[in-house]
Amino acid sequence: MGAGTGRGVMFSGVMATAWVTATLVAVVAGVVGFHVVVRGATFAAHAVPMSAFAGAAGAAVLGVSAIAGLGVVSPLAALGVAWLGRRRRTDVASALVIVVMLGLGALFLSWTAEYSSQVYALLFGELLGVSTQELAATAGLAVLAVAAAAVLHRPLLLTAVLPDVADGRGVSVLAADLWFLLLVAVVTTMAVPVVGTLLMFSLMVGPPAAARAVARSPRATIAASVAIALVTVWSAIALSYVTDWPVGFFVGILGAAWYLAGRAAAALAARRRPGARRQPAALAA
Amino acid sequence: MSTVLSVEGVDVWLGGRHVLDEVGFEIAPGELTGLIGSNGAGKTTLFRVILGLLPAARGHVEVVGRPAGRPARAQVGYVPQKVALDPDVPLRVRDLVSLGLDGNRYGFRRRSRQRDEAVDAMLSAVGATRLADARVGTLSGGELQRVLIAHALVAQPPLLLLDEPLANLDLANGQEVVTLLAKLTKEQGVAVLLSAHDMNPLLPVMDRIVYVAEGRVASGTPAEVVRGEVLSGLYGHPVSVLELGGRVVVVAGDTGPTDLVTR
Repeated sequence: MGAGTGRGVMFSGVMATAWVTATLVAVVAGVVGFHVVVRGATFAAHAVPMSAFAGAAGAAVLGVSAIAGLGVVSPLAALGVAWLGRRRRTDVASALVIVVMLGLGALFLSWTAEYSSQVYALLFGELLGVSTQELAATAGLAVLAVAAAAVLHRPLLLTAVLPDVADGRGVSVLAADLWFLLLVAVVTTMAVPVVGTLLMFSLMVGPPAAARAVARSPRATIAASVAIALVTVWSAIALSYVTDWPVGFFVGILGAAWYLAGRAAAALAARRRPGARRQPAALAA
Repeated sequence: MSTVLSVEGVDVWLGGRHVLDEVGFEIAPGELTGLIGSNGAGKTTLFRVILGLLPAARGHVEVVGRPAGRPARAQVGYVPQKVALDPDVPLRVRDLVSLGLDGNRYGFRRRSRQRDEAVDAMLSAVGATRLADARVGTLSGGELQRVLIAHALVAQPPLLLLDEPLANLDLANGQEVVTLLAKLTKEQGVAVLLSAHDMNPLLPVMDRIVYVAEGRVASGTPAEVVRGEVLSGLYGHPVSVLELGGRVVVVAGDTGPTDLVTR
């Protein structure tokens, strides 16, 4: 991102679009990221955007919108991880899906004229390249993702915390996993063209993980996660503008810094609590 | 007295093994029933059949007159055998108990005073009011067991299933949980079916026992079931029931006259 010469430039034209787009992505990443960390599904949530790389690359080959390619391949990757990962083999399924789809993505990109710039854009996004039409699509997908997260919230939480109880109450853990991954697919379709596969992943993990360390209830954690994600992307854009360093660098570094700060705050609070922290609950026969 | 749970002639085969063989028994409201058997005897399998998660090859199960599975799901509270919570999960005790009311429902939820009151009342009933705002990952084993019971009962199901709730609890915590369950059966009229491999902690409070061995069961009061001749018939070879230092022990072989367990 180029260094600016004043506040007016920083908030006008393509920069204004970048601020709005990044804000939408941050809100959605903060909300959906809550379920990523509570389900302990960071690897599966990594697999879907990484696999979507192949969809965006295929779209570049065909000369169609990256969102179209992502919209097709992301749900397929989600279905693949959910289906192959049933019976608690999610890690293996995620790894398999990632390597196959990355291989396909590399093949598709080798068929395009501008290999290196395409790879860079898909991994790190093109925040300054977002058009008004893409912003509208991003906003629509953001509303869809947040509404879907609200509708799925309780069954996703129950299956994450008490999967055996959920089964007994008629909430299929496999179905919940599938809904969750499809939700990640929607976020992927929306966010990858803007922030890229790697940065979207760091936004979906860093802020909610930091929020989880300091907030007590689901509602407070989601609110804190969104707030941290917003501060992260806003700070990253501003720092990038000032230093001319990539936005992605600041998003990644700030995400990790928030997490470490959250852990430190949680440790401090635990030390101050009377009676200190007890052994975590774990009952297993 | 009406019947909350009716199990009739249930047969289950798993991997070519006859896990449950013509299993039948009934539980009435307000009864605490121990499902006793060694590890691998088929206790968890029986729970899965009652929950409708595993179809029986033969026989049928009814909960409050409804067939097991979807029609009866709202009638059963369940505390599973294995619960491993992430210590960092951002969930307070009241949030976990609240999921017992509507955690299975998709859609938007509004906060309501009634649901908050129901959660508070349940936490009070299990003696966990002081834990309401604690994170679930910081609870001790005994505290977590209380909270899981509250989660299972907050929707007021007539039947509560607990799979090995005393496993991994020390003697004092195990005794507290048993006392709590006895209190809940009497005060709330809920029927409790609780599995355990050791019957001794339950003997003072158990109304009925369902003893599982070799895939078959014998049911009745402890005095009727925990007898050498009854259990010998169940195991298919001689066993003896002994009382040693106040504990009832079932041992293989005929050691002479059997002691009748009395309440």
